Amino acid sequence: MSEEHYLELCDSPVQFENASSVNNVFFDEANKQVFAVRSGGATGVVVKGPDDKNSIAFRMEDKGEVKCIKFSYENKILAVQRSPKSVVLPDKRSLKLLKSHSINVNWYVYCPETSVILLSTTVQGNVLQPFAFKCGTMSKMSKFEIELPVVTKPAKIILSERDIAVATIYGQLYVMYLKHHSRTGNNPGAEVVLYHLQREGACKRSHILKLNTTGKFALNVVDNLVIVHHQSSQTSFMFDIKMKDTDSNLNIHQPVLPARSIHPYKIALTGTVSVSITVLCHSVTFLLGSGYLWYLQVKLKPVVSLLQDKSKLMEFLLRRRDCKMVILSVCSQMLSRGDKGSLPVVAIVFDKLNQVYKEYLEAEQSYTMAVECGPSRGSTAHKRPVRTQAVIDQSDMYTHVLSLFTERKDVSHKFIIAVLMEYIRSLNQFQITVQHYLYELVIKTLVQHNLLYMLHQFLQYHVLSDSKPLACLLLSLESTYPPAHQLSLDMLKRLSTANDEIVEVLLSKQQVLGALRFIRSVGGHDNISARKFLDAARQTKDQMLFYTIFRFFEQRNQRLRGSPNFTPGEHCEEHVAYFKQAFGEQAFIKPVTL
Amino acid sequence: MISPRMATGMQEKQYTPSLLNFFIYNPKFGPREGEEEKKILFYHPSDVEKNEKIRNVGLCEAIVQFTRTFCPSKPAKSLHTQKNRQFFFEPEENFWIVMVVRNPMVEKPNKEGKPPTIEYQEEEILDTVYGAVLQQCYSMYKLFNGTFARAMEAGGVELLTQKLEKFFYRYLQTLHLQSCDLLDVFGGISFFPLDKMTYLKIQSFVNRVEESLSLIKYTAFLYNDQLIWSGLEQDDMRILYKYLTTSLFPRHSEPELAGRDSPLRPEVAGNLLHYGRFLTGPSNLKDPEAKFRFPKIFVNTDDSYEELHLIVYKAMSAAVCFMISASEELGREFCEQLDGLVGPQLTLLASDICEQYNINRRVSGPDKEPQFKFIYFNHMNLAEKSTIHMRKTASVSLTSVHPDLMKILGDIHADFVRVDEDEEIIVKAMTDYWVVGKKSDQRELYVILNQKNANLIEVNEEVKRLCATQCIVTRHLNGYTQTLYLALIVSLLWNAII
Repeated sequence: MSEEHYLELCDSPVQFENASSVNNVFFDEANKQVFAVRSGGATGVVVKGPDDKNSIAFRMEDKGEVKCIKFSYENKILAVQRSPKSVVLPDKRSLKLLKSHSINVNWYVYCPETSVILLSTTVQGNVLQPFAFKCGTMSKMSKFEIELPVVTKPAKIILSERDIAVATIYGQLYVMYLKHHSRTGNNPGAEVVLYHLQREGACKRSHILKLNTTGKFALNVVDNLVIVHHQSSQTSFMFDIKMKDTDSNLNIHQPVLPARSIHPYKIALTGTVSVSITVLCHSVTFLLGSGYLWYLQVKLKPVVSLLQDKSKLMEFLLRRRDCKMVILSVCSQMLSRGDKGSLPVVAIVFDKLNQVYKEYLEAEQSYTMAVECGPSRGSTAHKRPVRTQAVIDQSDMYTHVLSLFTERKDVSHKFIIAVLMEYIRSLNQFQITVQHYLYELVIKTLVQHNLLYMLHQFLQYHVLSDSKPLACLLLSLESTYPPAHQLSLDMLKRLSTANDEIVEVLLSKQQVLGALRFIRSVGGHDNISARKFLDAARQTKDQMLFYTIFRFFEQRNQRLRGSPNFTPGEHCEEHVAYFKQAFGEQAFIKPVTL
Repeated sequence: MISPRMATGMQEKQYTPSLLNFFIYNPKFGPREGEEEKKILFYHPSDVEKNEKIRNVGLCEAIVQFTRTFCPSKPAKSLHTQKNRQFFFEPEENFWIVMVVRNPMVEKPNKEGKPPTIEYQEEEILDTVYGAVLQQCYSMYKLFNGTFARAMEAGGVELLTQKLEKFFYRYLQTLHLQSCDLLDVFGGISFFPLDKMTYLKIQSFVNRVEESLSLIKYTAFLYNDQLIWSGLEQDDMRILYKYLTTSLFPRHSEPELAGRDSPLRPEVAGNLLHYGRFLTGPSNLKDPEAKFRFPKIFVNTDDSYEELHLIVYKAMSAAVCFMISASEELGREFCEQLDGLVGPQLTLLASDICEQYNINRRVSGPDKEPQFKFIYFNHMNLAEKSTIHMRKTASVSLTSVHPDLMKILGDIHADFVRVDEDEEIIVKAMTDYWVVGKKSDQRELYVILNQKNANLIEVNEEVKRLCATQCIVTRHLNGYTQTLYLALIVSLLWNAII
């Protein structure tokens, strides 16, 4: 049942020497580095980070038991703590005290990503004072109180740092509180309470994640999902705070999916390691096994089969980082089955995709406009919108879903056309310009099944927008479907940039006078090639028509150049000779001499 | 039939054209002498004496045979006589339908004691118009009964005559020959102007219904008696449209016109109110005695020859035709399912369309009565638009112009038919009226102008101006630029509709 595990460990864990009596292992949340300190550093310190494969190894003097060891940003300064109240920097540097606050602190939690520290104050420990560090300054944020399940007397510390975590979810800072309920009473189980921590303003309780069970838990945030690991059942819950449960207007969330264990990780030689979870850092996704350090990852594919509601599924997927291919495969899958009554679902899915697509297009557009208008009055530089994987555009849909789908032989053409029209409807609903290749797909399918009257009606209501390629495509259909001729000419006319094409079409139909009248009506008759029209007139074998056309150009010559004669550059000698032979010398217009 | 038109002074009576005879025969059915009666499959009026029937049929047969010697590919279509005009039509091999129309006439009273003088106006009737009416009779028969040949295969002459009797007995009563005109020649379809998005919503609706009720083979969608979508092929839709707009819808329009106090109450399906109801089949689903029988229609008679149930379902101004293979049994369960699914959606859609329509109408400004009237027709998609005709009713289609002008329109059209080329004809009619006809490729436009003391050049300029400024289009299509087809006109560029 490997498809059921929607959580997995990353492929390349950080491997280090297991902690032992001679080897101390430390983890630095800020730089996400693992320090393996052997014999107090005398026989070596090995530092490994998650991203860089280059580990750092060095030795230092054993000056007693190392309690904590960390590098500064970019591994410039090493700090070692050997006693509770002093920190040693191996190179001698001076530090300056910038600011001091005097608060009774029970414990602290620090979030390296956001540079926010939470201090637990008061006797019960449930009043939290956050501080934010920014550009070397420290600012005090408004403190807030965590609501405890029971108030005990006499007062003592109830809130422990183990139950508090800080993390960024969807770009917002949250304080997560793991709220255990007492076994007494009929409480259904523990819950995670999220407090939204804003830079300014009070911190508000914003979300409640229902765990529906009791026991020991650990928290992680992966890809904006809150993962809660339950120790006794060895399973994990997944919450998405943007997923709304319809049955309540409060932000009370149930797990997105039933709890599952993490996909077992196989290590060569030693076999499967079942992970005993030690969460090192909530905001980053680290799990510590014996000698290994993993990132926790969300597998989207199992989610697809576990989350039946396609609308919810799409919303969920669109919020994930590496969602594109999964979404496209969901679309393909959804269409291939062609279940009865699936069109409304298809419509909802298309609308969800196009909503995100439209938002991106709009952001892109306003960015381009802002850039064109030059630097704005305000100092804020324009930021190019980031195109996330959730932006699924028409070409993605065409390449990965629709073009393959229309080739399928096992799906009825009715359904294929319905799906294509549904996609076009959705694009139109979001006022997104439909690309020509989608129209082509529709036309190709309709022509293949000889549904030309249907095509005709779509054109009539301008569902397929005008374009020269489309008009040409229609012209090519004329032999099988005569009305296509008029549809095509009308389209060319509406485009108003295709006058030359219209003339060509009319001439090819031997409608020489028609072509001439048309070009005259749009004022292009002074620039047309006389030879082209005379050729066409000759081909009709209609003497009077030839006469009329010839006379028209004689008059044009007279008007433009003061002489009815053709210039050599017009290559009309052959037609002049024919005219003379057919109608005689006297039929030519006499040059007017002044 | 006496028209209200009375000449001044003398008490003249004007008689409009009327149906004298209508019969169907097959010369192969009674080739030997003495068996002539067998040729006759249907004869109206039925009380005509047998020998007269035989004589009339024989005469037609002779005329057709005789004229065939001159042009085998195009046999005679009509015979003009002083008192009446006969129209011949062979819809299927050896099956002939003949319609005899009495010419319009004027009865002038003479001095006391003397019988009145009757003047027949034999030039007032147009071959194109009544020829088209005759063909429509057959098309309508075929829509509900299938071809003659199929009836012969199924039950021989007996079945065929039965079917003909049953159908034409009622149908001929609804023929109103006095009000037939150019529109009958075109047999066009009026399309409802609609913006792209609402159109796509309708598409989506049709697709969803067809998907969930997979019995449905074809769907057609109409709003305000105008077509928006047809799953049927053009020719079948043309005749179905004719049936819906001239027969079915007018019969059902009265309860809606009754307004608020109408007995129609919104149905409740699930939690949704809806106004859907069946125009064919059960009139009330709640009625335990309700019958679930739908009219059968025949489509694609040239190739696949399909017999279908015709379900017409309406919510407010939106009407949908669902067509289902006649071999399927349709009962209460299906009708309830359809009602529950379609009713709420269609009600919503109908109010959407109405809203869009009103928005667009507001944009284009109030409807002013224009100084001209027109008929437009496009042979390519059968799109037709007339500002001459009032709303069609079950009994007559009213026109707002003098019949003489209508006749001129018909004459111009007859001229257009004769020539393949694009043409333009301008006619000065009586009392300051000008009639302009234009034909370009597949499109025809007829404009009636009333301009005092205008000359030909001025009229020509005026029509050009009307076309160029899109007056014709915007005034009457309420600014739906989406549905405007800028027609490619060879003699002139004019804007047309769809």
